[in-house]
Amino acid sequence: MLKATDLSFRYAKDKPWVWRGVSLSVEPGEVVGLSGPSGLGKTTLAKILAGYLSYYTGQVTYDDKPLPKNGYCPVQLIFQHPELAVNPRWRISQVLYEGHTPDESLLKALGVSSGWLSRWPQELSGGELQRVAVARALGPQTRYLIADEMTTMLDANTQALIWQAVLGHAQRHNLGVLVVSHDAPLLKRLCQRVISLEAVMQ
Amino acid sequence: MLVVRNLAVSFTQYEVGLKQRQLTVITQLDLEADAGEVVAVVGASGSGKSLLAHALLGILPPNAQVSGELVFKGQHLDPARIESLRGREIALIPQSVSYLDPLQRVGPQVQRAAQLSGAKPPAAKILQQQAFARYDLKARVGRLFPFQVSGGMARRVLLATATVGQAELIVADEPTPGLHPTVVVETLKHLRELADEGKAVILITHDIEAALQIADRVAVFYAGTTVEVAAAKDFDDPEGTNLRHPYTKALWQALPQNKFRPLAGTQPPPDNLPSGCLFADRCPLVIPECEAGRPILRSVRAGLVRCIRA
Amino acid sequence: MSTLLNQSPAPTSTPIQHRKIAGFLSNRRGRTLLIIGLCLLFFASVIVSSNLMGNNGLGTDLNTRHTAPTLAHPFGTDWLGRDMFARTVRGLSLSLFVGLTAAAISAVLGVILGTLSATFGGVVDTAITWLIDVFMSLPHLVLLILIAFVVGGGVQGVIISVAVTHWPGLARIMRAEVLQLKSTDYVLLSARLGHSPWWIARHHMLPHLFPQFLVGLILLFPHAILHEAAITFIGVGLNPTTPAIGIILAESTRYLSAGYWWLGVLPGLTLLIAVKAFDILGQNVRSLLDPKTSHE
Repeated sequence: MLKATDLSFRYAKDKPWVWRGVSLSVEPGEVVGLSGPSGLGKTTLAKILAGYLSYYTGQVTYDDKPLPKNGYCPVQLIFQHPELAVNPRWRISQVLYEGHTPDESLLKALGVSSGWLSRWPQELSGGELQRVAVARALGPQTRYLIADEMTTMLDANTQALIWQAVLGHAQRHNLGVLVVSHDAPLLKRLCQRVISLEAVMQ
Repeated sequence: MLVVRNLAVSFTQYEVGLKQRQLTVITQLDLEADAGEVVAVVGASGSGKSLLAHALLGILPPNAQVSGELVFKGQHLDPARIESLRGREIALIPQSVSYLDPLQRVGPQVQRAAQLSGAKPPAAKILQQQAFARYDLKARVGRLFPFQVSGGMARRVLLATATVGQAELIVADEPTPGLHPTVVVETLKHLRELADEGKAVILITHDIEAALQIADRVAVFYAGTTVEVAAAKDFDDPEGTNLRHPYTKALWQALPQNKFRPLAGTQPPPDNLPSGCLFADRCPLVIPECEAGRPILRSVRAGLVRCIRA
Repeated sequence: MSTLLNQSPAPTSTPIQHRKIAGFLSNRRGRTLLIIGLCLLFFASVIVSSNLMGNNGLGTDLNTRHTAPTLAHPFGTDWLGRDMFARTVRGLSLSLFVGLTAAAISAVLGVILGTLSATFGGVVDTAITWLIDVFMSLPHLVLLILIAFVVGGGVQGVIISVAVTHWPGLARIMRAEVLQLKSTDYVLLSARLGHSPWWIARHHMLPHLFPQFLVGLILLFPHAILHEAAITFIGVGLNPTTPAIGIILAESTRYLSAGYWWLGVLPGLTLLIAVKAFDILGQNVRSLLDPKTSHE
């Protein structure tokens, strides 16, 4: 289980709290929504849950252990802007295989074309890059996926396609998924339950 | 007011060493926008939406080649004319504040936009104040730097910059994603108001829902072509029965509130376009004739569609 | 809407064929490579001809004193009848050697200090940024003269003083670049995929830092050469008996008023061309390596 207990966050000691006392949990195989308007610190919470930030109070545990500091993190984060999450001086093949070698069925479900492998990131569209980023994050050691506005910048078709692939993969591998989004119809469609950040923060 | 006919944009890129290749990113774009209407341009990223805006404003990178016809108020638009009209009669509402000068306060920037459109400094000052008043920006905001204004305020500053010069054609490039829902509604309302005042507004977005809130017509782009131009009211039932092109239907059905059913595959790569219909490889209605040649844009049920099966 | 109808299908795009020499100059990358080639050829010819000439023309010949430029002496001769062209080429080749050595030492120093500063942060960062600020706030030329004087002048003195004073600019760029890279999503993500800092430095950062280093190195060259000439000119640099551009220019000042313009003007122009060539070389290499401009 991915569990956050009494998390509070502020940018610096002399700054006000962005949010305080946030607790939530995601079970394996569960798809949970996290809603709330922009500017409330949803992205910050997503980054803390995936081990990107260390300056917060409270606890994030994965199967009752703290998140590992080194090595592969079982909680993986997908960013809103894929073009910032890939090295512009790498070819797509390097990006795709950075963590593991995704199997054919996953690439097929995401519609990742083999013709992209020799290209540079700036030659792919945002939707195509996001598919690559998703495939990169779904390694065999990934147990939880945090999707931070993963499809906000994408058209409806690409959004549905990526989510279909992700949910299929999550089901087969019993992954827990946290869907961070402000899009109510999307959350309703995807999630078993939805947490409102406004409701859980103090 | 604006007619875009058969627009094509390609980029020359280097492969290894001196070998160049041609990337055709826009193959056949057609679009019309009249005074008093909001025309939404929707499509996936990479469908040529933003490049259309860049072509209209003459801000494509130097390695781009443009062909086709742009007609503004009955006159052909060439690069020199675009440059003289830019900011005066054709204005852009860009995606983010990163398009503002980070080192200049926003008030003077809006004033400068007014000056560039031909107003003398004292008149420009008044125009700026009017634009600020109109978008509910306090005079104090004018003394802030771009990084100091909040998301919603930044939107209104960009609106003020685009409208201060009394431009008649407003091109809004993805003005809504990532914004607070109330700011989205407000931004869309402002765009609708501009159209109601007699301007032509082109709203470029990947968000059909947002577009349908204010648009009169919707142009759907796919792989650099206009595949359909439909009235906003054609998007009514979850099946999209009144829509003409299979891609438009798929796009509409893929919305989470409709069927959430995606179409497999991706747009064809710009350096290797098929010779037939660009959508043929993903189309549920494909027949051998589709691969024989590029379909032309034709009129079907009071809309336009580029499909021989529609 | 009728205006959009009845159009012919789009013309199919024709791929651009690999162009031959005729089209070489219309190709922007071709032009850039040509310019880079010409610059390199210029430097190579200076070094090669200086070695081929040996001591020819450097000896005194009192019969041909103060000859204005002729075919036999394209740059004229000086008050001892020495061939100014030979002296200029010899001087320039020495300048190139000094410049290359000084710029290379300086660039390596800059990369190491800048990277250390950004990687370790804390005290190391404070110390290095302080050092950068100190070097940048001191008057450049004064510092150069001081160091050259302290280490005793000569080729070694010039190299040390130029190398020690020119690293802060590149160090600052490197520090900013590494800091920026460290906070990018893809570097943070790479760590979450289990990659070590060393792996990330090698695979993610190096491809960004190397072009900066190369361009920084080339653009340090003209500085190094000009400063070598400057401190030699005022007498704390190279030995007056070595044919260096600085020495030639210093000597020429005594004769310029007598009408022997070629003694100063031609070597000076040659120096200017060499410096400008390095500048052009740097700009062109940068435009090739920068993904933003490499397709223009």
